[in-house]
Amino acid sequence: MEKIILIGNGMVGHKFCELFSKHPARQGYELLVFGEEHRPAYDRVHLSEYFANRDAELLSLSPSGWYAEQGIDLRTGSPVVGVDPSAKTVTTSAGVSIAYDHLVLATGSTPFVPPIPGREKKGVFVYRTIEDLDAILDHAETIKTRPNASATVMGGGLLGLEAAKAVMDMGLQSHVIEFAPRLMPRQLDDKGAEVLRDTLVDLGLSIHCQKNTANIGGNGSITHLEFADDTKLDTDMLIISAGIRPRDELARQAGIEVGPRGGIVADNLLRTSAESIYVIGEAALYQQNIYGLVAPGYEMARVALATIMQDAGAKAMPDAIDMSTKLKLIGTDVASFGDAFADSEEVRAIVYHDEVAKTYKRINLSSDGKTLLGGILVGDASDYNMLHQIYANGMPLPPNPEDLILGSRGGEGMATSVLDLPDAAIICSCENVDKGSLCGLLDDGSASSVAELSACTKAGSGCGGCKPILTDLVDRYLKSQGKVVRNVICEHFPYTRQELRDLIVIKGIRTFDEALDLVGNGHGCEKCKPPLASLFATIYMETANPQAVIQDTNDRFLANIQRNGTYSVVPRVAGGEITPAMLIAMGKVAEKYDLYTKITGGQRIDMFGARLEELPFIWEELIAAGFESGHAYGKSLRTVKSCVGSTWCRYGMDEAVGFAIELENRYKGLRSPHKLKGGVSGCIRECAEARGKDFGLIAVEGGYNLYVCGNGGARPRHAELLAGPIDRQTAVLYLDRMLIFYLRTAAPLVRTAAWLEGLEGGIDYLKSVVIDDALGLNAEFEEEMNRLVASYRCEWKEAVETPALRSRFQTFVNSEAADDSLEYVGMRGQKMPTPWS
Amino acid sequence: MTTSLPDYQTVLAEDVTNWFRAGRIAQFPPGAGATILYGDRQIAVFYFARQNKWYACQNLCPHKLENVLGRGLIGEQDGVPRVACPLHKKTFSLQTGENLNGECPPVAVYPVRIEDDYVYVGFAD
Repeated sequence: MEKIILIGNGMVGHKFCELFSKHPARQGYELLVFGEEHRPAYDRVHLSEYFANRDAELLSLSPSGWYAEQGIDLRTGSPVVGVDPSAKTVTTSAGVSIAYDHLVLATGSTPFVPPIPGREKKGVFVYRTIEDLDAILDHAETIKTRPNASATVMGGGLLGLEAAKAVMDMGLQSHVIEFAPRLMPRQLDDKGAEVLRDTLVDLGLSIHCQKNTANIGGNGSITHLEFADDTKLDTDMLIISAGIRPRDELARQAGIEVGPRGGIVADNLLRTSAESIYVIGEAALYQQNIYGLVAPGYEMARVALATIMQDAGAKAMPDAIDMSTKLKLIGTDVASFGDAFADSEEVRAIVYHDEVAKTYKRINLSSDGKTLLGGILVGDASDYNMLHQIYANGMPLPPNPEDLILGSRGGEGMATSVLDLPDAAIICSCENVDKGSLCGLLDDGSASSVAELSACTKAGSGCGGCKPILTDLVDRYLKSQGKVVRNVICEHFPYTRQELRDLIVIKGIRTFDEALDLVGNGHGCEKCKPPLASLFATIYMETANPQAVIQDTNDRFLANIQRNGTYSVVPRVAGGEITPAMLIAMGKVAEKYDLYTKITGGQRIDMFGARLEELPFIWEELIAAGFESGHAYGKSLRTVKSCVGSTWCRYGMDEAVGFAIELENRYKGLRSPHKLKGGVSGCIRECAEARGKDFGLIAVEGGYNLYVCGNGGARPRHAELLAGPIDRQTAVLYLDRMLIFYLRTAAPLVRTAAWLEGLEGGIDYLKSVVIDDALGLNAEFEEEMNRLVASYRCEWKEAVETPALRSRFQTFVNSEAADDSLEYVGMRGQKMPTPWS
Repeated sequence: MTTSLPDYQTVLAEDVTNWFRAGRIAQFPPGAGATILYGDRQIAVFYFARQNKWYACQNLCPHKLENVLGRGLIGEQDGVPRVACPLHKKTFSLQTGENLNGECPPVAVYPVRIEDDYVYVGFAD
């Protein structure tokens, strides 16, 4: 049994363990891992997500207990303090020395903190570990109450801009200072950086380039920064993201060769200058470079393991490491690949710059126009995956290479399809999965969706950057096999909901029977009636009254059927705001009809145990007291939950209740493919849990952040940022458009979160539709929403006042008797139905 | 339920001894069900207006023993008329009473006759 010791339990160290656990020869080896941090390896690529939920578990790279299950001895919170290459031992912080046969250094890097006076002050942070983020969040809480609280990020690179986005999401005024004359100097050219800068400034970030920080000012805590050009910037927090330094101190002490500017020298098999010692990840100096990206780190883990295990046919590291990256920033995308700056006689560059849409695309071609050398994309990086594949695989270019960034103008769409890629093309570079193996799984039926491919190969589970191309691959593959599954309604209507909607509109169909006669087959069933009812409601704002018999159970009687066949009644309490007089009125009705009452999750009151024939009488009284239907029974807008907001709360940034009421009243009665819930929080403490809703608004400095497509329930999902900070009016406008888009295109019973998941291009596509009017339909969407809003009426009022509609609330056709089979038992001073046996 | 349940037995048209007048046609919603009371028995009556067909079955859903079937959505599949229980969407054939999407016991079904303007449900007791 040979012993491998791994020092470092970051992402690359973890990858090494994962590969080891699956290695066929692992039985001959034992693996001991030392981690300096107290928690097992977590995902640093998505670190900023921690700001949104503060849940370290979500970032964890392995389920708890994984290491033990794999028979890997992981010791966290346990730094190694010495290495003796001649004795082949390591020394732990407890002073114990342990022998190894193979030693792998995955010590990673540490954030570089420039030696600026004042860097020890309170409020100065780095951005690397969960502990760093906790400290940043705690500090943000303390400064947030200050007027014009601001945070500054030092470093306009990849990580710095991500940090700036995170502090902006916290509701702080954000500044970015950069030493170089432009943002992302390693990835972008001047023009690209300028477009990026303009976009970020529009979003509310302040960008300061060519700033050399001379002093961090403040008495104990940071209050301002002083620059070499004698300017000053007031700030309450500084996050330093000025690059990384490899952790090579153990290697230095052990006499292992390091580079002049740090980094442990590695050959192409990741061997160091000392025998049986290897280095992987950000600590490794390979080809005179340090690689701060996860994909090359994972590749190093693979190569080092194969070297140690003496795999037959083990591959060495490639001579040139692909440093292509794609970064998702606030409201914009940035990508660069290959030789982004190529600038010589041998190179032809094609540049596309749209100052209005703030997009910049540049591709560099060989002088014969046949090879793609690299490029830059700012503002719209949707072509990145394909361009990167063409570059990485040296694929031939279309006759007009400008089509690659402009789109083919012959109407054929993207000039190159993912199916044209060679089988060896690496689709997921984090997990090193090529197109051939993915297609193999699709071919033999092992997988038929992105999720299944991901489960088989882990493709898409690393940085997630390849998800669009994976989706594209699955879609196109299935299409090419004629396997497209159309989500048709049922045998009576062999159409998708969206197709059916178009048919109803075009043919002016008004009733279910007409729909069957004109576009359907047979006589309908319980599967097609409710979706049709929903379509009539969204197209004509028809209430559930005129075609009651095609409504789903609850809509037919405008109430929620409960366990024993009785109903519950929920009047609308917009925004959860109710006067004592209205509360009393509701209480009187509940008392009179002996109803069990409970507060709902949507901040209103549910009254249970009403018999069918009682419903119109109950509603008559509720309407007289000023209530209207709460549509709790419908696939429709339920509530817009709110926190108390700035009227009473000492932290409130805006009047959340008022805005929630406005939104609830705007969208009330709106029927949709599934239920719709909203939330408005008056500050980022988020007491209204707005991000757990289909739409959520959170008041921040300068307006509201608008989040969409979240939900609670069985598969909770946080809503994603659609836009912000924006004013109320803009928020309503975007919401109008998004909701109509959802109403038109979602399949029946699909909530917004699942709808967004299925939307090709995801949130970016949704933004392009709702904000940039990519479909050119926004005017139509707005007009449609305004029409629906204007035609709202309370369907309960309609039902009780119209005898023909009211007659359906009758338990027996031939008797006035009440249903005497209903039985109740007492419970905590109220009643409940006798339990089911 | 603690009280004993009424006895529901399928009745074939030829065995009917009592054609019970349930009400006028206009009292039944076209394209849906309604419930009538026959002694202590609750019977759901369905009017498939497009086909001009009538069916009846016990109102009691055999799944959880609640009186709700008359409020369920109706429809057909492969020509078989059915009702979907509003509680858990169990579907029952209105021709045979069998549960079409699960393991529930069948419901009792009853013949329906239309005469003049009236709806009659057939019973054997």
